[in-house]
Amino acid sequence: MPALLKPEEAVGLGAGIDERGARLELRRQISRLEAELARLFGEAFGHTDIPHRVDGVAPVPRLLGLGELEAIRDSLADRISEARAAVVERSRAESRNRELLAEMLEAPERFKWGRITRADVGEPGCGGWYSRPWLGPVGMLMGWWRVKVSSGCPLAGRLAAVERRLEAR
Amino acid sequence: MAGAAAERMGWVPAPRQGWVAPHIASEFPGVGVAWVEVDAKPGKSPDAVRHRLRDLSDRTYGSHAIRLRERPIPWAYRVFFRQIGLDPDRTRTPVEQLTLDRLHDGGFRSRGIPADALNIAIVETGVALRAFDADRLEGPLCIRDSAPGESLPGQAGEMAGGTLTIADERQPVGLLFGRTAAGFGVEPASRRIAVAAVQVKGVPQIAVEEALWMAAATLESV
Repeated sequence: MPALLKPEEAVGLGAGIDERGARLELRRQISRLEAELARLFGEAFGHTDIPHRVDGVAPVPRLLGLGELEAIRDSLADRISEARAAVVERSRAESRNRELLAEMLEAPERFKWGRITRADVGEPGCGGWYSRPWLGPVGMLMGWWRVKVSSGCPLAGRLAAVERRLEAR
Repeated sequence: MAGAAAERMGWVPAPRQGWVAPHIASEFPGVGVAWVEVDAKPGKSPDAVRHRLRDLSDRTYGSHAIRLRERPIPWAYRVFFRQIGLDPDRTRTPVEQLTLDRLHDGGFRSRGIPADALNIAIVETGVALRAFDADRLEGPLCIRDSAPGESLPGQAGEMAGGTLTIADERQPVGLLFGRTAAGFGVEPASRRIAVAAVQVKGVPQIAVEEALWMAAATLESV
């Protein structure tokens, strides 16, 4: 939202502008928007990438003018709007995947070799659900399919063993 | 007033409160600088300090880093960075930078005294701290903008108009968040260290005093 009226023009019109008050209000808005963006960033992290970067307007810390504060406020508002859209889209995709998972658990033979990860349904951790035949080729020929649940993550014991080996070196 | 509570509690040295240029204070209510001076020599950190860093590393996880910006004090510094034109995802706030370094390095690396003392206090409290050679400072510290034609010692050229600095009575000793002027940082020959905390709106006074106390106590224990 660009500045609609330049200060010098306002003076010409006889209308006084409290620039300091405007700057304080813009800073208040920036603080509120930053909080919202931080919340969205935390909520989306690990599920989807959201646009959260807003470039600085100065290479060193300094007092900013109205136009610069407005630009930051507007950029933050744009990022929040994009981030919300990304979170909603991701939420929809996870809902669709959960429905798909329910169908796969119901009838694995309809999803041969299908694979849905925990990340696909918005759950933390590794692993997922895999549609696999019973007894390998025999199951494939007979149409015996099942869903295998994989934990996926390496065991903590294995990681500890790696650390011990590194320390020993 | 900074240090009042500390003085009542008998903590010596008590933090001293610097001043803020009136037009900056009116633009940024809640901004302040407080500092404490400690007799300490730079050098290798003792085992107790290194042990404390390891303990801190064990308590700092990736999830902690992700949620950091939602916590009140780190958030307050992020907001202030935005308000002074910096991008906090490029020029990181002190606590965010340390947390990212911890994730990158696998732990808080010991960088000797006084850096370790400051880092412990920053990570524990979230308050932005920095160290100066106290013997080089003249008079109280303050936050002010650069005067026309003024330059940061050790840096070629003039500072851009309105650059926010930490200064003593004579000259800027560093950017408000950023580099320290040449000759004012802690060097091997330093024997007295000034630990300064930059307070911004949203950072409670008690957190500032705790950060200064923690850093000073660590330095005094060396």
